[in-house]
Amino acid sequence: MTLADLPLGARAQVLALGGAGAERRRLLDLGILPGTVISVESRSPLGDPTAYRVRDTVIALRREQAARITVRSEI
Amino acid sequence: MSEHLITPEAVGAPTAHCASCPIYNSAQLVKLGIDITGYDYVVALAGNPNTGKSTVFNALTGLRQHTGNWSGKTVSRAEGGFRFRERRYKLLDLPGTYSLLSTSTDEEVARDFILFGRPDVTVVVVDATRLERNLNLALQVLAITERVVVALNLVDEARRHGIEVDARSLTRDLGVPVVPMAARRGEGVPELLAAVADVASGAYPTRPRRLPLRDPEIERAVAALTPQIEAAFPGLPNARWVALRLLDGDESIARAVADGTLGAAVAPPPLPVAA
Amino acid sequence: MSNPSAEQILADAARLRHTVGGSLHDSVTEAIYTDAAQIADRAVTRDGQRAAFSLDRAIDRVVTSPIWGFPIMVLMLMGVFWLTIAGANVPSAILGELLTGQLYAALHAGAAAVGAPAWLSGLLIDGVYLATAWVISVMLPPMAIFFPLFTLLEDLGYLPRVAFNLDRLFKGAGAHGKQSLSMMMGWGCNAAGVVATRIIDSPRERLIAIITNNFSICNGRWPTLILMGTVFIGATVAPGLASLVAAASVVTVTIIGIFTTLIVSAVLSRTMLKGEASTFSLELPPYRPPRVLQTIYTSLIDRTMIVLWRAVVMAAPAGAVIWLLSNITVGDASLAGHLVNFLEPLGWLLGLNGVILLAYIVAIPANEIIIPTILMLTLTLGRSQLAQAGVMLELEPGMIGTVLTELGGWTALTAVNLMLFSLLHNPCSTTILTIWKETKSLKWTALATLLPVALGVAVTFTTATIARLAGWV
Repeated sequence: MTLADLPLGARAQVLALGGAGAERRRLLDLGILPGTVISVESRSPLGDPTAYRVRDTVIALRREQAARITVRSEI
Repeated sequence: MSEHLITPEAVGAPTAHCASCPIYNSAQLVKLGIDITGYDYVVALAGNPNTGKSTVFNALTGLRQHTGNWSGKTVSRAEGGFRFRERRYKLLDLPGTYSLLSTSTDEEVARDFILFGRPDVTVVVVDATRLERNLNLALQVLAITERVVVALNLVDEARRHGIEVDARSLTRDLGVPVVPMAARRGEGVPELLAAVADVASGAYPTRPRRLPLRDPEIERAVAALTPQIEAAFPGLPNARWVALRLLDGDESIARAVADGTLGAAVAPPPLPVAA
Repeated sequence: MSNPSAEQILADAARLRHTVGGSLHDSVTEAIYTDAAQIADRAVTRDGQRAAFSLDRAIDRVVTSPIWGFPIMVLMLMGVFWLTIAGANVPSAILGELLTGQLYAALHAGAAAVGAPAWLSGLLIDGVYLATAWVISVMLPPMAIFFPLFTLLEDLGYLPRVAFNLDRLFKGAGAHGKQSLSMMMGWGCNAAGVVATRIIDSPRERLIAIITNNFSICNGRWPTLILMGTVFIGATVAPGLASLVAAASVVTVTIIGIFTTLIVSAVLSRTMLKGEASTFSLELPPYRPPRVLQTIYTSLIDRTMIVLWRAVVMAAPAGAVIWLLSNITVGDASLAGHLVNFLEPLGWLLGLNGVILLAYIVAIPANEIIIPTILMLTLTLGRSQLAQAGVMLELEPGMIGTVLTELGGWTALTAVNLMLFSLLHNPCSTTILTIWKETKSLKWTALATLLPVALGVAVTFTTATIARLAGWV
């Protein structure tokens, strides 16, 4: 499953990062790496983007970016 | 605190060349649009967005620049000055970035300034509530310059969240002074000024942590390339980092190597007497 | 200093790059983060009792909730404007009485005592001084309330949440997610907003953000809206509700501005600036309790005073120009009279009048002086002789309404269309210059300048025509 599939409040561990080039680098630099634990904090009133907590910082990602991040759900 | 004042009046350029003389690159700074006339030392302020970087800037300079609360707020460099222990310091606020590796405009501005402008001290503002993320940037800055002071900001907020940070442990690990502070309340500002002065004058010899590589293949490639870069640019303080950037295919660094502008990153050898 | 072995180094780097494979960036980033995590672990002790940031999460769930997200945004804006309008009334009246009443009379008395020639005291007192005094009494009180309030919202960390809530709309318009941030910067100053678009890396999306920034009401235009809202819209309802209704009218224009931004962005990204919206990531910073007193002090010094000073600097020469235009007579009327008569038919078509259009021409250097210019021109050109007699110059909001309706022949349509035209007209000269500096393109600078005027003409013409056909005016 991907980060985009997670419900509000869920926690997951990153397995792999898709995408390429500058966009992928940006995600890496934000600290989204394989093994990183991410939780779903809040969703925009219009359903997209979604805010995730990554390494103690809340970062909003649009759905198509989140869909490139493969995760394993944790409880 | 009484010692830090804005000093609008201009005096001569740095007077003596000695062991503690400034290393900043005036020609390069002029090229970057920064006037350093009348200042003894140049200090750069780096840090992640939303770490209170502008608050630290204001606390040091006494300026009341409005500090916003979103990423990328500091679009252009803010400049100011302060005076401490009879020395005049020029302070530059670099754009807030998470990293120096992915070459967005902001990151390039910050990186080029530290690399080519050779500030006498780079203060990395670190958010005590989000240490891990902020250390990522601090480690990258340490790979470019050894003249670093870490301002461990927002310790008051960290305490409210039940987070306690041991500055001495950080100092040991990073090899540079780490000053805990709550810039909004002015706490830790005198200590930060003292640390900046000590690093600028060389009174505090830093021993920066090396950029960890872990992967033996990469370590081998960097080890092969570094001596060549050091030979081409004698005295370059960050050959290992340059090697890594070249291996990563960083085009602007490759250009700087090809046309020799990387030479700007080399501080001139100390002269016994000034002309 | 070209080094002979530079090619060698680059060639070696290229060769070695193959040995380390394509994942170097991943590997290096991971190594640094792992190191950072270990260092942090050694240095940090967490008090397990307290769940960090749970309050932030709770607040975010509310301010970004599907039900409450948008109403809270509107309520916040309403609150800011209501406090501004309700709070500015009394100080505005006092300042008006002081500056344009007592001090104005004292200056004239002084000039008469030293026997200054009429043209000199006219130029300096009725021109330069009066324009400056009006700018201060009309602008200072609302700005002294509005800017600290807005700065508090900013410092609280609320504005990134607004960007978060609006992002989907911007994405739909083919614009960059950070455009909502440069848009909100524009609410302070459009020139600053245009510079702030540098945070957008894609040139296409940056141009869209630059061209549409003018649809953010700026410092110079808030007072016009607040005054019109107070005098013409708020005054139509019961006194208890007046401030609230006035605030609602200002918020409405602001929201029309946001929608104009979205629509123009969408049209541009489907026509002249085709392309897909690029990805973005936005940090929602932790909420930090703002330091209220310091924020008030900072925003007064940093925003209110700077904007006021700019307005005064612009108003002084403008006052002289207006006085000269009004007092140099060619044929049967003053220069201003000729210009106003010439512009009157166009003004009428747009539901405005010749005075307003002339004021917008005089005020190209700074929008701040629109209201004082309109007032001066209306007074000097007024049908009544009161103006020449030099009375009725005390400016409290009630009196402004009387001056404009009695002397200027204003209706509610004039006020509403002035509010719309205030939103939709060319940027001030500083902003135009900034756009040129940022784009280095005559084409985009011209588009960014002329498109808003064209929209303004179209919109005000439409509302005026509808209002007249419906028989409302």
